Amino acid sequence: MQRRYFDYAATTPIDKRVLEVMIPQIENNFGNPSSVYSFGREARKSIDESRDTVARVLNAEPKEIFFTSGGTEADNWAIIGTAFANKNKGNHIITTSIEHHAVLHTCKYLEKHGFEVSYLPVDEYGMVDPEDVRNSIKESTILITVMYANNEIGTIQPIKKIGEIARENDVYFHTDAVQAFGSIEIDVKDLNVDMMSISGHKIYGPKGIGALYIRKGVKIDNLIHGGGQERKKRAGTENTPAIVGFAKACELVTENLKESAEKAIELRDYMIKNILENIDEVRLNGHPTERLPGNVNVSIRYIEGESILLSLDLIGIAASSGSACTSGALDPSHVLLAIGLSHEIAHGSLRFSIGKDTTREEVDFVLEKLPAIIQRLRDMSPLYNS
Amino acid sequence: MYTDKVIDQFQNPRNVGELADADGVGEVGSPACGDIMKMFLKIENDVIVDVKFKTFGCGAAVATSSIATEMIMGKTLEEAEKLTNSMVVDELGGLPQEKVHCSVLAEQAIKAAIKDYRSKEVK
Ligand SMILES: Cc1ncc(COP(=O)(O)O)c(C=O)c1O
Ligand code: FES
Repeated sequence: MQRRYFDYAATTPIDKRVLEVMIPQIENNFGNPSSVYSFGREARKSIDESRDTVARVLNAEPKEIFFTSGGTEADNWAIIGTAFANKNKGNHIITTSIEHHAVLHTCKYLEKHGFEVSYLPVDEYGMVDPEDVRNSIKESTILITVMYANNEIGTIQPIKKIGEIARENDVYFHTDAVQAFGSIEIDVKDLNVDMMSISGHKIYGPKGIGALYIRKGVKIDNLIHGGGQERKKRAGTENTPAIVGFAKACELVTENLKESAEKAIELRDYMIKNILENIDEVRLNGHPTERLPGNVNVSIRYIEGESILLSLDLIGIAASSGSACTSGALDPSHVLLAIGLSHEIAHGSLRFSIGKDTTREEVDFVLEKLPAIIQRLRDMSPLYNS
Repeated sequence: MYTDKVIDQFQNPRNVGELADADGVGEVGSPACGDIMKMFLKIENDVIVDVKFKTFGCGAAVATSSIATEMIMGKTLEEAEKLTNSMVVDELGGLPQEKVHCSVLAEQAIKAAIKDYRSKEVK
């Protein structure tokens, strides 16, 4: 069976050109970058070059880039690191109710350790109001963390504006750009961010690698303690092949950004329009225009997401849902609840995420099959009256 | 994660629908995830002569309700009342741990439908 992948927001396949630069690293460049002899120096050189590349694509300085084990670690580090390093100044953190769990659960953890966290609401499109951010700042506020773009509903936040407010008030600002990076042009200087998390596996790079951008001068504690790697800020022997692959992925995704975003937006809007027109009682979740180029998220009334995913999987289509039945925790997605959906509507949520390899033919296949799948499940639903 | 039997029951569910002249109807909701299951029974001389279901829920919920209808069809009420969720799970060849609660819905919906029938019978 031909399979069609529509879950690029979950993870992406590795770009062949990334793989090509990684293989020789795995095969030959095994030296410990901290060693003085040539084996070590060669690995060190690869890492330095990679750091230069990542810095260049973000318009940062190389010494502002720190490699981590991925987006999750970068988020944890940014939040816990600044919280602990600045607790003499205050204990208040501002975030939003729609962050990724890597941010939300980290904030919850800090609440157990004496920090106070404000979780800002969002509007029906999942948008944070920068004025809410401004009004929540108080004497004790030490950090604002707002995601650049939401992983579920794709809404893009007014990061630059929030950054300005943070600057005016002399509060550190972190953004989780794991979803945005590679889809939206990012210039850390222009954005007024102090810290930013990015991840390799969302941009056709390897998994288990990412980076935290830390602007020069930000006061931050270490999260991972041990050796003196990453300028004594992030311990652990570097994963040279992953770092090299990650840098290559950053470079490629930036080179092709405009073109691939345009193509994704066209497929996205085509898909959304078709679904809304051809299926009754469906709503679009997220902002109609301020959304990630590849994100389609709809709620299909009267049916449940996992059963839709299962039906799609049986014909080779891979998608995702925020329904309670898919969460393991048996709660519907906190993002869908935050935009005001009832449990029932959140239950029928379905996310298709489009990537650089998605074709019109694949989208058409989904659009052709989806109505019958939905009808079949609706006919089984006690909530649906045909 | 699902057995072939679960997938088969999900893809080709038996006894989907409603019975306009049902003698007993049971509707239950899962407090865990918010799903809803509805069972319709046609009963003659304490024997289940027809059964239909409707489910708003995950793949496991659909599969368990479907197989449960097969398991009680033609059975006496006394036999049907003895059906437990673990019997349903066994019949499906197992369910992932986090999906076991869905099978409880099937058991409860059948019990609720029988109760509904009995309460009407008394009147
Ligand atoms: C918005 C967001 N933040 C953080 C992460 C975590 O990144 P990683 O999988 O690299 O740890 C993800 C991906 O799941 C994400 O979508
Ligand atoms: S019915 Fe919700 S998890 Fe099965």
